Amino acid sequence: MAAAAGLMRSGTLLPRLAASVLLLAAWQALALSGLLFRDVVPPLGALAAGLWGVLADPGFWGNALVTGGELAAALAIGGALGIAAGLVFGASAFIAAALERWMTWLAPTPKIILFPVLILFCGVGPGSKIAMGAVSCFFPVLLSTAAAVRGVDPVLLRVARSFRARADQILVKVYLPAAVAPMLNGVRLGFGVALIGVLLAETKLSNQGVGFLVMQAYARFDMPRMYGLLIVVVCFAAAINVAIGHAARRAAAGPIAREN
Amino acid sequence: MRQTAAPLLGIGLVVSLVLLLQWAIGVGLVDEYTVPRPSEIAAALPRLVTEEHVASRFMVTVGETFAAGALATLVGTALGAALYRWPLMRRSFEPWVAVLAAAPLVLAYPLFLVLFGRSSLTVVVIAFASALPPVVLQTVTGFAAVRPVLLAVGRSLGMGRAAEFRRILLPAALPSVFTGLRLALMFGLINVVGVEFLINLGGLGALINDLSERYDLPGTWAAIGVVVLVSVCFFATLDGGERWLRRRG
Repeated sequence: MAAAAGLMRSGTLLPRLAASVLLLAAWQALALSGLLFRDVVPPLGALAAGLWGVLADPGFWGNALVTGGELAAALAIGGALGIAAGLVFGASAFIAAALERWMTWLAPTPKIILFPVLILFCGVGPGSKIAMGAVSCFFPVLLSTAAAVRGVDPVLLRVARSFRARADQILVKVYLPAAVAPMLNGVRLGFGVALIGVLLAETKLSNQGVGFLVMQAYARFDMPRMYGLLIVVVCFAAAINVAIGHAARRAAAGPIAREN
Repeated sequence: MRQTAAPLLGIGLVVSLVLLLQWAIGVGLVDEYTVPRPSEIAAALPRLVTEEHVASRFMVTVGETFAAGALATLVGTALGAALYRWPLMRRSFEPWVAVLAAAPLVLAYPLFLVLFGRSSLTVVVIAFASALPPVVLQTVTGFAAVRPVLLAVGRSLGMGRAAEFRRILLPAALPSVFTGLRLALMFGLINVVGVEFLINLGGLGALINDLSERYDLPGTWAAIGVVVLVSVCFFATLDGGERWLRRRG
């Protein structure tokens, strides 16, 4: 409520609502006009029914749990490796000079092409999906952790050294608190690509998970269900995105807020 | 000395990893039915050229990437300029663009298959749709970051809207327009190769899919190597190009 009132005061709520209504009306007009196949652009009523059909289907939640588990494992593995490598890259200028450029160029290469090889390593089950997500999120987490470590105010480091802090104390007391906000931002980026990696892998080869459900709906030409699934995925991605972004902003504001 | 030593170390590390792998497979530490010997992978490379037409597949992928990237740059820059020009539109639609930029659009590829058929058009449309939102956001941010004092000078010189756009806004926002172009080509290549692989159609992505479905392991690894090399060269060129432009500007 408070957020809505704030938007109202700043004069953004009304235009945003109007834009949303406009877009939905344009969709409905396109659906009813018959210019495109009715099945491909279903009217809003059919979309809502499709979305409800997905949410009310207990089978969906079972598959969502599978995908969620794969995603969590992928983030844990890829994120931990990315943070560890990022700390090394950030701390050592020599290693960064030797390898970071390659990492920057490797980061955007399409990871899905590794899927056939990952199947060989990790099997056709959830293992290869987890590996796919982990490989995807490793790079953005590495790069933003390295940048975050380099962005730590050198004064903080000098203070820590003049107090004769050990390396592990510097890591825990200086680097991690000072770099946590940009690192969380990296995790946010990593989450996005890990989600894509896991779901695309599921659409390519799987017998469970949300990606599998999408392909099933495609094979049956059940467009409202496919839209329903995609809407759920986009909402889930947006919600996690906002949550991590919020945590990052709070972490960034934290030390200053505590000082005041 | 340090500047030249570090990149050399990087290359040396990669070479020694390859040699280590060759040795590990040779003595049976790594299963050769999972990872072929690097020498076998290298031996598969000529086959990719003569039998799998890697050159023409490369041209297909690059063509689709540039089509999607150019389209996303044109449309995205125009939309971004429009959102900047009409603040009400920006307030209304920017959140939607941000949602689209964060949404995993490529997942909707079965939907695009239904809409456009299993053709190059589908590949280009998906890559275009994925690249468009980031370009729009980048352009709006670029225009909005133009220093207000420049605009004030323009107004005090009595510039009209068209002159203001051509002589102040565009030159000042040009670096971020180029960032938009880089983003468009980047998202373009990622999605083109990914979709080619997923729907097994067209260029380099489909080549990997083909070879892996034939259980041609050295070929698959060689093709993955080629794609990684192509995209690393592509991104390195974009990176270098943008830095060169920024230095000149």
